[in-house]
Amino acid sequence: MDQKTLDTKEIKTAPTPEPPSQAATKLVVSSSPHFLNNESVPKIMHNVVTALLPATAASVYFFGWRALLLIIVCVASCLLTEYAFQKKRNKPIKIYDGSAIITGMLLAMTLPAGFPIFGAVLGSVFAIGVGKQLFGGLGFNIFNPALLGRAFLMATYPVLTTTWVWPRTMEKAVDAVTAATPLAMAKFEGKLDVPLMDMILGNTAGSLGETSAIAIILGGLYLRYKGYINWKLPLGYLGTIAAFSAIFWLSDPTKYPSPLFHLFAGGAMLGAWFMVTDMVTSPVTSLGQWIFVIVAGILAVVIRLFGGLPEGVMYSILFMNAFVPLLNKHTRPKVFGEARAQKV
Amino acid sequence: MANNLGYEFKKGLWQELPPFRLVLGLCPTLAVTNSAVNGLAMGMATIFVLFTSNILISLVRRTISSQVRIPAYVVIIATLVTVADLFLAAVFPAISKSLGPYIPLIVVNCIILGRAEAFAQKNSILPTAADTLGIGIGFILSLTLMGTIREILGFGSIFGVKLLGSWFEPWIVMILPAGAFLVFGGLVALVNWISSRKTEKAAEAAMSR
Repeated sequence: MDQKTLDTKEIKTAPTPEPPSQAATKLVVSSSPHFLNNESVPKIMHNVVTALLPATAASVYFFGWRALLLIIVCVASCLLTEYAFQKKRNKPIKIYDGSAIITGMLLAMTLPAGFPIFGAVLGSVFAIGVGKQLFGGLGFNIFNPALLGRAFLMATYPVLTTTWVWPRTMEKAVDAVTAATPLAMAKFEGKLDVPLMDMILGNTAGSLGETSAIAIILGGLYLRYKGYINWKLPLGYLGTIAAFSAIFWLSDPTKYPSPLFHLFAGGAMLGAWFMVTDMVTSPVTSLGQWIFVIVAGILAVVIRLFGGLPEGVMYSILFMNAFVPLLNKHTRPKVFGEARAQKV
Repeated sequence: MANNLGYEFKKGLWQELPPFRLVLGLCPTLAVTNSAVNGLAMGMATIFVLFTSNILISLVRRTISSQVRIPAYVVIIATLVTVADLFLAAVFPAISKSLGPYIPLIVVNCIILGRAEAFAQKNSILPTAADTLGIGIGFILSLTLMGTIREILGFGSIFGVKLLGSWFEPWIVMILPAGAFLVFGGLVALVNWISSRKTEKAAEAAMSR
């Protein structure tokens, strides 16, 4: 391998400082991995932002400019919080790497369109401050920051976070009349007849980014095309949700919603494509990833069907985030030539 | 001697502040501080048990053989906790009801047994009194502080008096257990930060001298 090309194309990771001017040194000695690609944290993050654009556009289409305002507020407060923390800790200012933008966008995607601005600011500050910077910044956070912000808001403002509005496009839409999400209708009113097409397109009540499944899938496929996400994570998660909910649906179709309903209702799509696949908070080993998505999928269905809340995607992912270090440790593949310790 | 007593008293207020520096007595610190009144009442009940039980233990420390000291201490502490429990139930029934099982649980509060083991069984009455009063007042202040912060954020009030107007949307999380952990973590960080600044300043002063 030509060492000279290595220094320009080396993978840059967030925690490591920029290498000192290596042009002056003739021989570059760096630690593995030595494979060549020209990815960097900002590039990946900006591609994720691009992948979120269809869902953003769909949310503005369905919920109006109020949705755009919420997204802008969340992104701005995430960036400001990140800046303040890095400034205070005398760390290099890395707000341009785009990770805070993603956290802000994803957090806004999980909020209802009528959510108050001060709540969005509070959630963003918590997501970046407590969820990310207190753990040491990008790459060190245990939990997905956006989901942590959402969980905090859910506990802080339980009424406001579940006050949904109808999308503008619905026929019965009257401005700012509270609505019920398909999941809430299924759980509390036993109504299972929400048209599937409406849920796929996004013509239902819900948070900004979770209604339009098709826009999220588009973004997810773009990420898959770029090679940033492993197909195991989203498909394993969605597959588990479908398979596990099918067991209940087959046992009593009048009582339990169908697997298709589970896939397209609520945050399943958003969670599967953008939160389960978070590079920092998902396992690195293949077996670990399988365990992660399968247990998370089962948990999501269990919470949806038998828990007190209509939606379980957020808690299922946060819960499994906590197990990622353990999964990484115990599913480490055998190193070539390594012998297992013999039990005596 | 007087100097020594002053030190024994003062160390409980900052240097060995039970919940934030020693990280002892966390069960009441986290469980009952959802309002300032509850925090204060819990602190008062604890300081009563702490003070009287440690004085008694200090008095009888020579007559109890060390093999059976723990059961003997627990009997003394449990007796006094029963006194505190019945007193609260008779005089402040509302507070007694809102503190629930946490008053009887003072028996297993590790601050009390900890002080008995670490201090009262080795010292005479006067230093023991100074020590337990310091630790107890530190504990009252810590619990009241926790309760105040959580009550302001969670209800918008302080000691039941409305502080923040109707524009304030209460943070429900603050009166839930999760809020207790968040506030506790924040306060431990704050206390550590202040004390590390103190040592830095002391080191600087020593350097310049």
